[in-house]
Amino acid sequence: MADLILEMKDISKTFGPVQALKDVSFNLRKGEVHALMGENGAGKSTLMKVLTGEYSKTSGTVIYDGQEVEYKNPKESMDAGISIVHQELNMINHLSVSENVFIGRESMNGPMINDDQMIKETQKLFDRLHLDINPRVKVGSLSVGQMQMVEIAKAISMNAKVVVFDEPTAALTDNEIIELFKIINDLKQQDIGIVYISHRMDEIKRITDRVTVMRDGQYVGTIDTATSTKDEIINMMVGRTIFETPKSKSNVPEGAETVLEIKNLNSGKRVINLNFDLKKGEILGVAGLMGAGRTDMARIIFGADPMDSGEIYIRGKKVKINSPKDAVKNGIGYLSEDRKQFGVIVDMSIANNIVMTDLAKFIKAGLIHDKEIETESSKFVKSLSIKTPSVAQLVRNLSGGNQQKVVIAKWLEQNSDILIFDEPTRGIDVGAKSEIYELMTSLVNMGKSIIMISSELTEILRMSDRVMVMCEGRKTGELDIADATQEKILYYATLREEAVSNGE
Amino acid sequence: MASNVSTKNTNNSNKNGSSSNSVISKLKNTFGLQQLIILIVLFLIYGLFAALSPAFRSGSTLTSIFDASYYVGFLALGVTFVIITAGIDLSIGTSMMCAAITGGVVYNQLHAPLWVALLVILAMATAVGCLNGFLVAKLKLPSFIATLGTMMITRGLSSILSNVQTETFPLRGTSDGWYKSIFRTSGDFPTGAIVLIGVAILCAIILNKTRTGRYIFAIGSNREATRLSGVNVVRSEAMAYIIAGFCAGLAGIAYAATYTTIMPGSGAGFEMDGIAAVVVGGTSLAGGVGSILGTLIGTFIMTVLKVGLPYLNLQPHYQIFITGFVVILAVYADIYRNRKKNQ
Repeated sequence: MADLILEMKDISKTFGPVQALKDVSFNLRKGEVHALMGENGAGKSTLMKVLTGEYSKTSGTVIYDGQEVEYKNPKESMDAGISIVHQELNMINHLSVSENVFIGRESMNGPMINDDQMIKETQKLFDRLHLDINPRVKVGSLSVGQMQMVEIAKAISMNAKVVVFDEPTAALTDNEIIELFKIINDLKQQDIGIVYISHRMDEIKRITDRVTVMRDGQYVGTIDTATSTKDEIINMMVGRTIFETPKSKSNVPEGAETVLEIKNLNSGKRVINLNFDLKKGEILGVAGLMGAGRTDMARIIFGADPMDSGEIYIRGKKVKINSPKDAVKNGIGYLSEDRKQFGVIVDMSIANNIVMTDLAKFIKAGLIHDKEIETESSKFVKSLSIKTPSVAQLVRNLSGGNQQKVVIAKWLEQNSDILIFDEPTRGIDVGAKSEIYELMTSLVNMGKSIIMISSELTEILRMSDRVMVMCEGRKTGELDIADATQEKILYYATLREEAVSNGE
Repeated sequence: MASNVSTKNTNNSNKNGSSSNSVISKLKNTFGLQQLIILIVLFLIYGLFAALSPAFRSGSTLTSIFDASYYVGFLALGVTFVIITAGIDLSIGTSMMCAAITGGVVYNQLHAPLWVALLVILAMATAVGCLNGFLVAKLKLPSFIATLGTMMITRGLSSILSNVQTETFPLRGTSDGWYKSIFRTSGDFPTGAIVLIGVAILCAIILNKTRTGRYIFAIGSNREATRLSGVNVVRSEAMAYIIAGFCAGLAGIAYAATYTTIMPGSGAGFEMDGIAAVVVGGTSLAGGVGSILGTLIGTFIMTVLKVGLPYLNLQPHYQIFITGFVVILAVYADIYRNRKKNQ
């Protein structure tokens, strides 16, 4: 029996009147990957913050490496060998990779920073992790996936005995995830204990040894991964059963109207000669790896970024889209992958967010009628079941899933009928996810059309009527949902120009 | 008046605020908690001066407080819009004096009627606002740099246009002295306070009840998300600077009417009085949050300090010294509040 590196017993934490954690217990063996699961707000992050000393606990004990500990801040726990890889990237874009890895503990040469030494150390670290990243380049020039890898390398470089991964794969493509899992297996071999926080069920099954589930700040239970099923875990998390089955055939009727047609769209190296169409009532899944140009494509069609050349037809009519304003006028709505930055205005009320695009409708004699805005937005809060006490609530106070619904409500209020959903369920918990799926289904049933960009193959297979696959700015394949499989999609997603010519 | 001037921010805090005992909650509903606190601070400062100096309690002191509040108030009201967009306008002080001196040139050298000169002041300052709006919203220059540039331009321009001569506006009792009564009657009634409050109410309506105002809040919170909502962000952001320019014009008229002489190349530093009043009034330099009522109260805090400190035998430079601490305190309060909110 492996010995414990970490044991947290009966941890409670209150914020004023709010009980965030109640008698939660969690333990971690050496060389084990232990999943910590639960819906958003279940208390996983709070528990980890108690561990690292970011929060002080109200009661309970933490035993690390055989000793009872109480860290006052994250620096103390880090020095003791507890590292955390955050979901949000904590990188400084203007510094190089090696400078980021060694920030706060730079190698010194007298009073001067010894850059050569740091670069050498970083290279050694990357070699060990089989990472092909140049330590000298600026972090800002890396892809999100690469940044995540650097973040992981940084955590490991601190001689950690415990590494906490907080949703490490949220921003990674399937290939990068495979790399990550190799790294995690290496760490296991080195007897490092790993806490793995994730919403993705298939990952949990693939790499974890045990699963601990939390709900509403309380401990639900711990089970061995090998002997339990997905459904069991999900049941522990939400207390109900959710089905995840792929769609077997397209729901779009023969001869449906073409609502959107893109011809020869080009934008630098990011989008190359792209052609596709979208039918009324269709969900077109757009699959591909990170950097395949899917978001670029979406932003260009929405007018957020300029195109070099190309034509956009809406219901057969050629349109000019030079700004999001033009796109909105043409009935296009865009739901960004980064809703906090590009989707909602967190410091404004739900009501104001929903009517943002259509504010003109609520103006009489030059003045805004807030009462009418309230009535109108209340309708959407009800029909999309956005969980909030009132429409005056600031969007900041909503969960990720509900924020996403606010963005959807904004486009519905505007009567947009071509919706581009870019990673609509990223960072959203299982329950909210299935609600978003249901919502998308009812939208296409209403006759709206959806372009859904997603990095989750299960999501693509479950929702799409047709799948378009992109790689390095090109469309490399198109599949009817009846023929689509994970393998086929991955094949097209990695069909690089060079690879094709090299015969690989 | 208070309910008209109360802001979106106020409304939100009302709805989020839990119920407490009725008098306090009533006041909170009228003002919002933050405005209430700074209003109390204003009365405390006033009371302190009144307690320490018998001379401060006279009516003439009140008159000079009002006199000093007009130009600071107009500057502050205008720049509130800019600060809510998460920008800054450093040019308002020199633009105001440049506009005023141009009005003086039109009146004294070109012998235009006085009302024309006053319109020229408004037009000149609004034009500078348009330029700022163009540079920041359209050309995407950082507002700090763009308005630092126009600050120097207007400061230089005022000397160029006036040929480095001081311009004097007509005195009370002369045939053109009527304009002085806009701000103070010959019987020392502070009509300017009515003008200032009127403009404040107008500003509050623009900020809270028009599309431009709502978009100004949205831009300050998240410019890109606002743009991606299909909003014409360039126009709304530019409007903030144009409003700030127009208000600087009003400040120029108020200054001319109150102090009569305009020196060339002056006005540098006035923008800081205005900006400080806004910040003390609870508008966040990070953008997205702010209120006109707060700015109005902030203005009076600044002017009470300015007028009151000499009564304690402190020289004007002590006023600057102490104001510095007040500003730091106010900004810290803003940061503290943001931190609480993010927890």
